[in-house]
Amino acid sequence: MIMSEVIAMQEPEEKTISEKIMLDIRNLTKIYPVRGGDYTVLENLQLNILKEEFISIIGHSGCGKSTLLTMIAGLNCISGGQILLDGIPITKPGPDRGVVFQSPSLFPWMTAMENVLLGVEQVFPHATKNDRINICKYYLDKVGLENAFHKKASELSQGMQQRVGIARAFALKPKILLLDEPFGMLDSLTRAELQNVLLEVWNKEKITAIMITHDVDESIFLADRVIMMTSGPKAQIGDVLKIPFERPRIRKEVIEHSDYYHYRRHLINFLEH
Amino acid sequence: MKAVAIKFLNITGMRWGIPLVKLFSGEQVLQQLKEIGKTIVAPILAIIGFLLIWSFFASQITTSLGRLPGPVAVWQQAQSLWQEHLVERKKADEFYARQEDRNAKRRAENPGAKISTVEFTGKPTYIDQIITSLKTVFMGFTIASLIALPIGVICGLSKTVMKAFNPLIQIFKPVSPLAWLPIVTMIVSAVYVTNNGFFAKSFIISAITVSLCSLWATLINTALGVSSVNIDYINVAKVLQLSPTKKTFKILLPATLPLIFTGLRISLGVGWMVLIASEMLAQNPGLGKFIWDEFQNGSSHSLARIMVAVFTIGIIGFILDRVMVELQKLVSFEKASL
Repeated sequence: MIMSEVIAMQEPEEKTISEKIMLDIRNLTKIYPVRGGDYTVLENLQLNILKEEFISIIGHSGCGKSTLLTMIAGLNCISGGQILLDGIPITKPGPDRGVVFQSPSLFPWMTAMENVLLGVEQVFPHATKNDRINICKYYLDKVGLENAFHKKASELSQGMQQRVGIARAFALKPKILLLDEPFGMLDSLTRAELQNVLLEVWNKEKITAIMITHDVDESIFLADRVIMMTSGPKAQIGDVLKIPFERPRIRKEVIEHSDYYHYRRHLINFLEH
Repeated sequence: MKAVAIKFLNITGMRWGIPLVKLFSGEQVLQQLKEIGKTIVAPILAIIGFLLIWSFFASQITTSLGRLPGPVAVWQQAQSLWQEHLVERKKADEFYARQEDRNAKRRAENPGAKISTVEFTGKPTYIDQIITSLKTVFMGFTIASLIALPIGVICGLSKTVMKAFNPLIQIFKPVSPLAWLPIVTMIVSAVYVTNNGFFAKSFIISAITVSLCSLWATLINTALGVSSVNIDYINVAKVLQLSPTKKTFKILLPATLPLIFTGLRISLGVGWMVLIASEMLAQNPGLGKFIWDEFQNGSSHSLARIMVAVFTIGIIGFILDRVMVELQKLVSFEKASL
């Protein structure tokens, strides 16, 4: 597979590859039963994601990107093959995988703080109340909501809600971050703003991340590798593009980089064929 | 000042007053006048039309109790019911004053004397009857909610339980209070055998009949609400591995609260409607018994008094509904849901 070759070439350093792998997807298959037979969404999909790597997955609507992500999250059962997170097979959802959904999915009757706290209480049951609140404050602060701790989620704008969603996911200190088109519902200005927020927090935390997106520019700006998925049924990984821009990344520098349009053309070519 | 007035009108459900307030503050006069025409003048015209048609037909129909009362006769009876209430209250006050006097004298003569106090036993006034009806409906409504809410939540959580209960719910839901009443009467008479209990038997019978008819709306709405909670909320709960209790109280119930309140609102409405019939048959001294007694009484004022009761029932029902709508708004997290 292209994948393993890429890894083998890029990572000749001290640690062995298996030690550096955070997520190991083996022969993953997903079959939905439909009227008149089965519909195979994914078939024998292989993918390795390294620790501290940021991956974006791009592909046409309905190709199975979201199915893949919900399977990693444990919210969708696996029909065949397996997913290993840090060497352990995934069987059910858990807070070691922080999910940011497409719609912010905050609880509108809770404040921003309470929304984040709900998860923190689950992950740090032995911490003092004060410590937990401080964790929440830290992440809400990081996503730029220092003035909205006690605002009801229903009073926040869509963009602000998604900031809380990001803070909630990071505050869980998960092994991996799963982002399901988190900015898909936002206007382009807010989207760019939130991409910066996400990258800022991510640069500090370096949590392995998988992000699904429709947006070619977004995938290049954020990811270390862009995974291109073929259209379903029986979707596969069609191509992988490595984005070696240095981190921390600055949008202007990325866009003006001489390779940027080369990468962009590569992705668009894939999507158009 | 203006903002306060508008807020007050909004909360009390008197939204028709808002254009008036705006008009007096000189805001967009023409538009306010149009709005007033729509929200105040039109309803007033409809009411006047109704009163005219009513008094016309009333003057045409002669019953065994005399001419059918028109609006004026009904209004007179409403006033006379109020006067009777005041007279009765005065009698009661005088009675207690006399009793207190007597007892004070007796105590002064002989400090060790046995002092007995007697309750005033005048007949209940119209206002007393309204209060009894309200107490009964709230008792029935409370019983109904205590039964319907937990069962509703459980039905919403489990498809199996829902399927199990569904036939029973569908069969009992359309049953009239008049059918329940004899059964409830027999059961209460068999089980509640004290003669000087805290509640009167007729009160309990009416309250239980009310709850039997009104609990279904709350039950169905709660079950529907719990089973249709946004799938994203459920997913978040799964990712966070919330315990079942935490999931129920922190997520399911708050998410369902608006629908629960819709159910409670319907329940209270049904309960109030059913109450009159059950009071009539159970002889619970509320509005239902008032109507029944007037009907049996058959004096020349009876029909007018019954019509006063009809308007009382309507207005109180309307107020109860408004209260529930405002409560629902308080707990509703979606701003645009109402």
